[in-house]
Amino acid sequence: MSEESFKYPGLNLGAGHGKDDAAVQTTMFGFWVFLMSDAILFGMVFATYVTSVHATAGGPGPKDLYDVKSVFIETMLLLASSFTFGMASLAMKYKHSTPRLIGWLLATLVLGAAFLSFEVHDFLTMFAKGGSPERSGFLSAFFDLVPLHGLHVTGGGIWLICLIGQIARYGLDTRTKLGIMRLALFWHFLDIVWIAIFTVVYLAGLT
Amino acid sequence: MSADDIFQYLLGRLQWSSLPFWKMLQHPTEANLINGSIATFAASLVVIGALLLVALLTKYRLWRPLWSNWVTSVDHKKIGIMYIVIAFVMMARALIEAWLMRLQQADGLHGGFLSPDHFAQLFSTHGTIMIFFVAMPFLIGIINYVMPQQIGARDVSFPVLNSISLGLTAAGAALVMVSLVIGKFSTGGWFGYPPFTEATFSPGVGPDYWIWALSLSGLSSTLTGINFAVTVYKERCPGMKLMYMPLFTWTALVTSIMMIFAMPPLTVAMAQLALDRYLGFHFFTNALGGNMMNFANLFWLFGHPEVYILIMPSFGIYSEVISTYSGKVLYGYRSLVMATMAIAILSFTVWLHHYFTMGQSANINAVFGIASMLIGIPTGVKIYDWMLTMFRGRVRFTVPMVYSIGFILMFVLGGMTGILLANPSIDYQVHNTVFLVAHFHNVIIPGVLFGLIAGYHFWFPKAFGFRLNERWGMVSAVCWIIGFMLAFFPLYALGIMGLPRRSVAYAQPAYVPLEIVAFVGAMVLVVALLALLWQLWVSIRDRDENRVFAGDPWDGRSLEWANAAPAPEYNFAVIPGVKGRDAFTTGKEEGTAYQRPETYTEIELPKNCAMGPAVAAIGFVLAFGLVWHIWWMVILSFVAAVASMIIRGFARDTTRIIRADEVRKEHQHWLDVVAHTTAVTRAVETEPANTGLAQHEANGASP
Repeated sequence: MSEESFKYPGLNLGAGHGKDDAAVQTTMFGFWVFLMSDAILFGMVFATYVTSVHATAGGPGPKDLYDVKSVFIETMLLLASSFTFGMASLAMKYKHSTPRLIGWLLATLVLGAAFLSFEVHDFLTMFAKGGSPERSGFLSAFFDLVPLHGLHVTGGGIWLICLIGQIARYGLDTRTKLGIMRLALFWHFLDIVWIAIFTVVYLAGLT
Repeated sequence: MSADDIFQYLLGRLQWSSLPFWKMLQHPTEANLINGSIATFAASLVVIGALLLVALLTKYRLWRPLWSNWVTSVDHKKIGIMYIVIAFVMMARALIEAWLMRLQQADGLHGGFLSPDHFAQLFSTHGTIMIFFVAMPFLIGIINYVMPQQIGARDVSFPVLNSISLGLTAAGAALVMVSLVIGKFSTGGWFGYPPFTEATFSPGVGPDYWIWALSLSGLSSTLTGINFAVTVYKERCPGMKLMYMPLFTWTALVTSIMMIFAMPPLTVAMAQLALDRYLGFHFFTNALGGNMMNFANLFWLFGHPEVYILIMPSFGIYSEVISTYSGKVLYGYRSLVMATMAIAILSFTVWLHHYFTMGQSANINAVFGIASMLIGIPTGVKIYDWMLTMFRGRVRFTVPMVYSIGFILMFVLGGMTGILLANPSIDYQVHNTVFLVAHFHNVIIPGVLFGLIAGYHFWFPKAFGFRLNERWGMVSAVCWIIGFMLAFFPLYALGIMGLPRRSVAYAQPAYVPLEIVAFVGAMVLVVALLALLWQLWVSIRDRDENRVFAGDPWDGRSLEWANAAPAPEYNFAVIPGVKGRDAFTTGKEEGTAYQRPETYTEIELPKNCAMGPAVAAIGFVLAFGLVWHIWWMVILSFVAAVASMIIRGFARDTTRIIRADEVRKEHQHWLDVVAHTTAVTRAVETEPANTGLAQHEANGASP
């Protein structure tokens, strides 16, 4: 009988990983706490956006600037990247081959990069329509919230590259595993934040 | 490219006029000469102090020990001590500033001697420093030193992160110090309300210094909060249930949780104000849809929990001190824990009382007023618990006890005036007067500061192996208490008489006598700090007469005393097991303290790490570049910051092993000393006879 010990929320490494499973506990718990703090950070920026959404100061508003098609594609890309990262986590947990793990990680990276390029394209389109942050309180709040998420994704991408580098250098040792597990949490967290952005910013803005 | 362009590229906004004496040399009017001389004198103190430090370190060849034993150390005990050193240095500056302000106001009827701009810088730096670079590092330092030992742990959960947090705080403190030498600090007060602090009204570097100092400090506190909370949850020794934890550890946990939730609003407020100032955003501007009320909300959503972040550890210290020096079990442990938690939750529901007069409806004010008054209930519970702990105990009148009793008497007054201010209709009468200044100093000085100083006296022998001089400690304590009363009680009256806070001058002769009393109080407070520093010097000089290597000078109750003083770097040779509260007292009563274990095992500790000092240097340079718009410096240091994190990610060989026989040798040596030490009664605990072994006295009574 294989009794799975469940030591912290999210995907556990499991007993099959021996001492690595024990070693990551405290750090995973700590990373959850960090995400809690980060969630408050996003919460505050969301609050700023919601209180500023009508402060267009005569400038362009959500309906003039948002492009739902592009945002939908971004959403799909990010959701897909969360799926591929999930596959990477499973590949690590069940000890599939390292190339397979790296394959999933690279797929995540590509999807993340595609998301970011669509997002940057959106921003440039908004700029071209006169929707730059110094135009109004609304646009300031928009460019605080959405690029903050984008910066998080960028940071996650850099982290991902570094982790692939660490796998290449050290193989799957405890610290690399720990890095992948934390980044996985981070990546899924950003997915959830994006869902909130999609809803609160884009859907609410266009209805 | 002209020469000017090159200079601007290299130096940003830095110019000769950024130096404190420039204006006085260009326009030597009397006012400019006075203000310029004071600023130049202060700046030269910073520069001479730094140079002197460098010279001494070089002369005594201390650079290498400083680097390898302290700066790169990830030992929570050393990090804690370094935090407290920062706090003392910054306290000296901010207290002198307070004294100058009192001097100015004592002469305020005649306009005083300071320019309004200079005075505004003084109250802004005073508040910023006292909150972010005195109280915070002091309490974080004490928690760092004490909490892991109280829960029977080897270190905090993330030792390198701990060192990085220290680096960030040090960078912020250094930035505030440099603002004294180059350029000017903000004139917007410690909470820097926009639109005044926007580029339109404050185009200089002042608010930028303030923004980046607070950002560094805020980030540091967020990381510290995460680290401490995880430590308490995950590193407790076997048997230590949550309800067995010493009360100081409880308050450390609550403070950490509050840091995790309260710091992000500060980060957001600072980032948004920076975006306004640097990139022309409109979060808090007057024009184009900016809304400064968002800043007020964000800032106080941080700011109110912050004052409880400050006071919680002190509440914990009073609990330990009063229980230990009364020789009694802490009265109402469970109610103290509940009250602590209740205050933590309520602290997030009252932030609006910082601006009752800023345009909300009466109903909203009423809700927040009532919520604010509710905090008085759990706080009152605590006061009664402490008094009942002393009741029928054998109270020893030591320095920490003097602070604790002073705290109880003064703090109740401060709490009462807080209840007054929580009533919006009264707040309308006295808001923005010095009544408010008197109130929050009345809770912060006796509440926070007395507690931290009491903790400093209480645990000093634990940290350094010798007791602090009792007589000078008493002088200092009496000066703090008397000085506080003289300096701040008059302000209550002045506030009711209508003196606005932050007034550089006034036209009402009736203020003068009370202002002079307050100035005398400020003098006494300066004497108090000098006495504290003198006490440190005397104690170091006479350290050999006051050694307490056996480790238990005060008949302590919790695990940190069940060890040598100072404790070895791994804290406990054998991780203790716990069966209830006051674990060490139980051990002494049952005769299980000071046991010789059969076997020892090797101990794995984290290696020293240069990340902390690297982050300090990079953080400082990054912030300095941002303040002065030196963009190449900003880009380079940002790249360095990212690179250092990446490099750290590739580090693998990060731990070292202490062999079992080394642990054995050190532990047995301590046990041998204990075996040859004469246990002393409480009657002589402040005398040289006390070498750190207590003759245990049940319920405080002599046998």
